[in-house]
This record gives sequence, C-alpha cells and structure tokens, in this order.
Amino acid sequence: MGDLGGVYAVWLREFTVFKREKSRVVSALVQPLMWIFLFGGGIGGSFSGSASGLGLPPGYTYQQFIFPGIVMQSALFSSMFFGLYIVWDRKIDVLKEVLVSPVSRPAIFFGKVLGGCTDVMIQTSVLLVIGYFLLGMPGPGYAGTFLLALGVVFLAAIGTVSIGLTLGSLFESLEGFQVVITFLAFPLFFLSAGLFPLNPALQTAQPAIFYVAHGNPITYPVDALHAVILGWSAFHPAVSVAVTAGFALLMVGVGTLAFNRMKL
Amino acid sequence: MELRRRGLGGPVAVIETRALRKEYGELVAVHGLDLAIETGEVFGLLGPNGAGKTTTIMMLVTLLKASSGSARVNGFDVAREPSKVRASIGIVFQDQTLDTLLTGRENLELHARLYGMTRGLRETRMRELLELVDLTARADDVVKKYSGGMRRRLEIARGLMHRPAVLFLDEPTLGLDPQTRAKTWEYIRRMVKEERTTVVLTTHYMEEADMMCDRVGIIDHGKIVALDKPSALRASLGGDVVRLKTAETDLAALRALPAVTRVEVKDGWVEAAVQEVHRHLPAILAAVRGVESVEVHSPTLDDVFLKFTGRGFREESAGEGWMAAAFRADQGGK
Repeated sequence: MGDLGGVYAVWLREFTVFKREKSRVVSALVQPLMWIFLFGGGIGGSFSGSASGLGLPPGYTYQQFIFPGIVMQSALFSSMFFGLYIVWDRKIDVLKEVLVSPVSRPAIFFGKVLGGCTDVMIQTSVLLVIGYFLLGMPGPGYAGTFLLALGVVFLAAIGTVSIGLTLGSLFESLEGFQVVITFLAFPLFFLSAGLFPLNPALQTAQPAIFYVAHGNPITYPVDALHAVILGWSAFHPAVSVAVTAGFALLMVGVGTLAFNRMKL
Repeated sequence: MELRRRGLGGPVAVIETRALRKEYGELVAVHGLDLAIETGEVFGLLGPNGAGKTTTIMMLVTLLKASSGSARVNGFDVAREPSKVRASIGIVFQDQTLDTLLTGRENLELHARLYGMTRGLRETRMRELLELVDLTARADDVVKKYSGGMRRRLEIARGLMHRPAVLFLDEPTLGLDPQTRAKTWEYIRRMVKEERTTVVLTTHYMEEADMMCDRVGIIDHGKIVALDKPSALRASLGGDVVRLKTAETDLAALRALPAVTRVEVKDGWVEAAVQEVHRHLPAILAAVRGVESVEVHSPTLDDVFLKFTGRGFREESAGEGWMAAAFRADQGGK
C-alpha cells in the first residue's frame, strides 16, 4: 500500500475540516488584521511626522513596513494552533483510528504538515489581497509579488507547522499549549524583525535584541518577505531563503521523530 | 507464510502470544498470556472490567508495547513488524474514535483511503454498510450531530469497511439496539464464512458470546482462567439442574437414575444435576413422590463466568463502581 495514498488521506481530512470550520479561518485572520490596522495604524500614525527617524525603508509607512512581518506572524500562530488540534485529536481519540492503520507515522506526519501548510496558504492569500490595497495598489506587477510571497510562506510554514505538530505530540493538555504560545510563539514573532528593521541604530541601542533576532529562524522568512514585498531587506534573499529551507528540513526531521515516539 | 503453514495441514494459529505481559508500575494488567487463535475462528475474550481484555487487544494491534513476552498476528511480530501487523488487521475500538468534524460518509471514506481500498470497492462497501447500520439517510450529516447509538453504528460500519485477515471487536455492540445487533452479527458471520476472517471479540453480552464464538477465553486479573468451546464450558458445570420442591426424603430412586450425576438437598428443595434434562425429566418426576413444584435451569455462559471469576456478569457490567472507573482512567487504559 502506497504511503502516498495515506498522505493524501490525512491531508484531505485536514482540508475538509478546515473548509467546514469557518471560525478557524476567521479567527486566524482577526489577529493579523488587528496588528496591521490597530497596532500598525496607531504606532505609524503617531510617528508619522518623523517617520524617517524610525529607520524604515524609504518610501514606506510604518504600517506598510510591518505588513510582511504580520503575514509571517499569521503563518506562525496558525501553525502553533495546528499543533493544538493534535493535542485535542489525541484527547478525543480521533488519532487512534489513523495510528492503527497501515499508514506509516512519517506519512501521517507529512499529511498533517501539508494540511497545516494548506490552511496557512489560504490565510496568507487573503492577507496578501488586503496587502495590495494597503501598499497603495502597486499594479499588475503585484501578481508576481503575490506568488513569490506565497512561496516563501509555504517554505516557512513547513518548518513552523512541524514545530506546532512536534509540540502537539508532546503535550497532553490544552493548558500546556497556552504556555507554548506565550513563551515561544510571541518571542519568535517579536524578535523576528517584523515590527522593527534590523539596522545599525538597533545594533547600538539594543545589541541583545539585534543579535538574538539574527539567531531567530523566523527572522529569515520575514526578511525574504521584506525583499519580495518591499524590495528591501537586511540579508541577501538567497541567504534568507536558504536558511528558511534548512530550518524547514530540520523541523520535518524533528517532527518525524516526535511522531514516531508519540504515545496515545 | 500463512499459506505455507496452511499447506502443512492442521490448525493454523493466526494469533499467537507467548507469556505476553503488561504492567503499569505495580499493577499487572496482563499476566503472561499464552494464547493461540486459529484462522477463521471467532474467539471471545470475556472478563470483568479491568481484567486485561482491552490491554491485550491494544498490544495485539501494536498501539501498546508489551512489558515482556511476544505476540504474532498473521505471522508478524507485533514489536518488530508493527506495520505489517497493522496491514493485516482491523479494529472497532471500545472508545469512540470517530472524527466528529467529518460526516458519516467522510469517516468511511477516510478509513477506505487509509487502508488503500480502490474507489469502486469503497463505494460498494460504503453503500452496503450504511444500509446495514441504517445510516444511509444521515450519511452526509456531521457526526457531531449523531446520537450515541448512531455513532456506535457508524463505528461498526467503519470497522467492517476493509476486510482484514484479523478483525478485533472491542465491545462492538455495547449500547446497540437488538435489531442492529442481530443484523451486525449476521453480517460478521457471513464475512467470516466468505473470507475466513478471524475475529477476536470482547463483549458484555454472554448470549452473544455463546451464539457467535467458536471458543471463549475467560480472563480475570490478567490471566486466562478458562478456555474452551462455549458448549464445553457450560457442560463443565455438570449439566442442567432440576430443582424439586417436595417433602419426600427417600431419594434413592432419584440417585439411581443414570442421567443424574449429583443430588443435594437445600432449604427444602432437592437439587439434581442432570445430563440432557429434556429427555430425562419424566423419569425424574416419576422417581420422586409428592413433587409440589419443579424448576429447570440450564447453565449459561453467565453461570460459567460466575464460577470462574466469582462475579456475575450482569452485575459486573451494570455496577462498575466509580472507583474502578476512576482507577482505569488513571491508568490511561484498561
């Protein structure tokens, strides 16, 4: 029996549930929109007189600048919640049926990763459409930007969904997951250079944040998105994409191991 | 492997356990089980709650690691070749494992895909089984909206979708209405006949075990305490019992009857163990004078169960204490 059929079966289950649970889509979009319009609008608005002082890429408002970072934030948090569903599935025994089938654990893991990535892709697409208006309607060239950004997020999501699933396979309580969100997802997001540029001023004033951000795997897809969407980035896009891909690969490996060891 | 062994003639053990043991810290759930179940056999695993039935099944289906000992299913070692074991089996779990966010049909489709069934076979089986469990009309409703009985029915339909070499049924008919239960057993019986499926089942319904099982193993405290054909187990209780209310004290004529194996006097009743009571009852009544009242009791599996576990089956199933339930939940298994 091909494991490919198993991957498809698991993916299809996730996709069917995603389509059915409209509230998941809506709640996944509410947070990034609040970041863009409430946080971005507020901070950006109050500094609008002296925006150049923030060291933003020239020609962009603060709200526009954080847009790529928020796209990644949405992907990161959805990935974490995807892990939460695994905890829930195990609690209500849904996973038993899948684990007792001939489909191998790696195939189950991979089907789940693709399922999570699909969710993220759909949310990202919606955000990128909103971004078109946020960026002042840049014209037909945005189609290319749209596809490239989607590609970057897909690559990143393979890694972040794998983090979510790995954690989901380890935690037995939903409460435990609250801790993960607080102590992992938020720092990963805040230190990803999505809300502020990695520039010399930061290096001087907050060297700790500056350097930790360099070690944060989420920084690289955010930077790649900066390159794709704003045409401005701290690293060479090839470097960002390579680090993102390497991290995805690593996390798929870790996740496969975690799934192999997962108990019911 | 299976074919080769079958070629040798004689019974083929499709499930074989050797000193299979599972312990949770101090608690020994399964106590060194040696079991051989033959191809095409319907085997009943009976026992009080917490006796180790589900734990045994969970080890055989590779979802639980044994502490020691070994087990082979369909010729494959459960510890070393779990994926080959999983490809050989099907199971209806005791706990609900349906995906409540999917519809009934989607649950069956998912199962068919997980087991690599072709589309044509999937559609045929799905139609057949939805009909069997009377869910055709509700097949496209989300399982969340199903009642408990409907969920159980769907779960059974799902377990019968692909036809494995070995089918495990852990309390499959618990909470089912009598019609569905009868239809389900009929279907399983047909499947066993057509495909030589081996069935391992646990049930709380003794008459079901008696009717369905070729052999029955009674398990208590993680050990097999009795193992035989249901009819042989019943016969081991010494045949039927006739109780006579009579003032007569001379029972020599009764004792002299060849069919009577034992006579006792209890609380003004004469109790006689009799072989084939339906043939010998007239002779018995003729042998004792002044009979006011007669009771005939044929032993059931319930009586067998009572004898070997010291507990009545019904009282056990109905009155599982909350402490036992809490303890089991605490152990994360049964």
